[in-house]
Amino acid sequence: MIFLTLIMTNLRRHRIRSLISVAGIAFSVAAMLTVVTILQGAIGMFSGILSSDSQIIVFERNVSDLFFSSVPAAALNAIAGWPMLSHADPVLFGIVSSADHPIITCFGVTAADARIRNATWIQGDSSSFAQRSDDLVLGERAAEFLGAKAGDYVPIGHGIFHVIGILKTANGFEDGGVFMPLGSAQSFFHKEGTSSVITVKLRNKDDIAAFKTMVKAKLPNLVALEDAEFTRSYSQFKILKATAWAVGGCGLVLGGLGVANTMIMSVFTRIREIAILRVNGFSRLQIAVMIFGESAVVSFLGAFSGLITGACLLLILKQVPALHGYVDVSIHPGVMLIVILLALATGVAGALYPAAYAMRIRAVEALRFE
Amino acid sequence: MSLTLTQSGNPRRIVLSAENVWKSYDDGAIAVLKGVSFEAVEGQTVALCGPSGCGKSTLLHLFGGLDSPDKGHVAVNGTEIGRHRNLLHLLRHEVGFVFQLHNLIPDLTLEENCLIPTVAAGIDRRTAHARLRQLADRTGLTHRLGQRIQKLSGGERQRTALCRALMNKPKILLADEPTGSLDEATSGLVFDLLRDLVVTEGVTLVMATHDRGLAERCDRILEMHDGRVHESVFAR
Repeated sequence: MIFLTLIMTNLRRHRIRSLISVAGIAFSVAAMLTVVTILQGAIGMFSGILSSDSQIIVFERNVSDLFFSSVPAAALNAIAGWPMLSHADPVLFGIVSSADHPIITCFGVTAADARIRNATWIQGDSSSFAQRSDDLVLGERAAEFLGAKAGDYVPIGHGIFHVIGILKTANGFEDGGVFMPLGSAQSFFHKEGTSSVITVKLRNKDDIAAFKTMVKAKLPNLVALEDAEFTRSYSQFKILKATAWAVGGCGLVLGGLGVANTMIMSVFTRIREIAILRVNGFSRLQIAVMIFGESAVVSFLGAFSGLITGACLLLILKQVPALHGYVDVSIHPGVMLIVILLALATGVAGALYPAAYAMRIRAVEALRFE
Repeated sequence: MSLTLTQSGNPRRIVLSAENVWKSYDDGAIAVLKGVSFEAVEGQTVALCGPSGCGKSTLLHLFGGLDSPDKGHVAVNGTEIGRHRNLLHLLRHEVGFVFQLHNLIPDLTLEENCLIPTVAAGIDRRTAHARLRQLADRTGLTHRLGQRIQKLSGGERQRTALCRALMNKPKILLADEPTGSLDEATSGLVFDLLRDLVVTEGVTLVMATHDRGLAERCDRILEMHDGRVHESVFAR
């Protein structure tokens, strides 16, 4: 109890300094949480696009990005004949632009695609999709920023397209994208007879391994991955995740430096006090535990405040229309745990030198200071 | 176990001894102790007198294990400090310190300050509080236990320091000018209390002091000058 009192007394003694350290950790944690959660949301959305009513994704082997993947129609025809298949849908990804919006994701899909079949149609309906080559369906947010409604003609890239409907979807990429009939998209992107991926659903999940083996044997230029497997292995996701953790980590390092500064000042200003504790029987270890305890309290308070701040920030960001669907406010417990542990580790690391200094204080010399 | 005969002729155990102790600072440039030898038996009160810088505090620090001699031997309870199994045990259970500037932690309460040695020694809470109540009662501080140190008078602070020093029931109390920062009246009261406590608890007191009057109320007076003990007299 006295130990805790000593720790809290030292922190209370320099309230502003302690609060600045807590704030440093809190902002670092909030930044890390926000960046990681947004990126995980984005990755989740992208995975969601691929896994829409499917279990497996088939794409070209050894491509750095799915936008560069080219799956020939012959492969789709081959797969369509395999007995374990429920359905296989080709999807062609592309980037299109309009006057004020240089980057709009375009999905070239068939009328049978789950995105078209199962979507909530705000305007128009799925039966009219792919009737004409200049048909276009907009996501709800794309319709907003393009200022278009069903029946309008919108300029996309070098062509003019007829908006036949508007879809509502929880997925930010789809919500801000456009859907073209597959044939139109292939012409538009000069990729006749190919798609970027084939999304596959099997009749029985137990056949997944057999399906992958068949792809490997019969279509050696392609690779088949389960959705979760793809999310784990896709290099773009790995880069995004690594970037998010690196950015957040840098924030935590800065927070840790703040803790180190606070703890160093804390030790330097009470050398005599530490000497008194030593004279009264405190061991070097007990002194170190006290210093680490102080930094742990700062880090814990910082982590806790940071989690609350980060959650509030995410809630606010969720309301921003441009980020619709990107922000998943449900923070993953694993992310929360990692962030808290990193904050505590940062605090402990920040207290290493101060604790080592405090342990070396010689009572007899310190007590001579007046 | 070393025994010695006191003035009254009763054999008593030697609890503190210094034998030809030398100590200097700044790589020998400042010689503080130059061959000090002396012994104190259990329950004895010893005053160390002498001018500032003569080595009184240094000798107390050596007895408390806070410093080590350059040469010579210092022993507590028959064990040489350099060979003491555990210096922490010495500080936690065998000696208590009282300083001129009380050296209390200002942001803690009187009670919290006094409990520090018990926390260090891992003494259980109930035992520690019982001991604190006993000492606070004897020093008249019971009503001030919850007060922060800043709100205590000089005399109360020094009595608090005395309580803290005796919390773990040490058999040796090392006091470095314990009344040096107090006025004459308070100084007398604190010393009366100090002497009463060491007598009733059977503690050996070694006290550095400039106050001749207080020194003469001790069992023995050691006169120190220029790093040496020049005179060891039985005051009473």
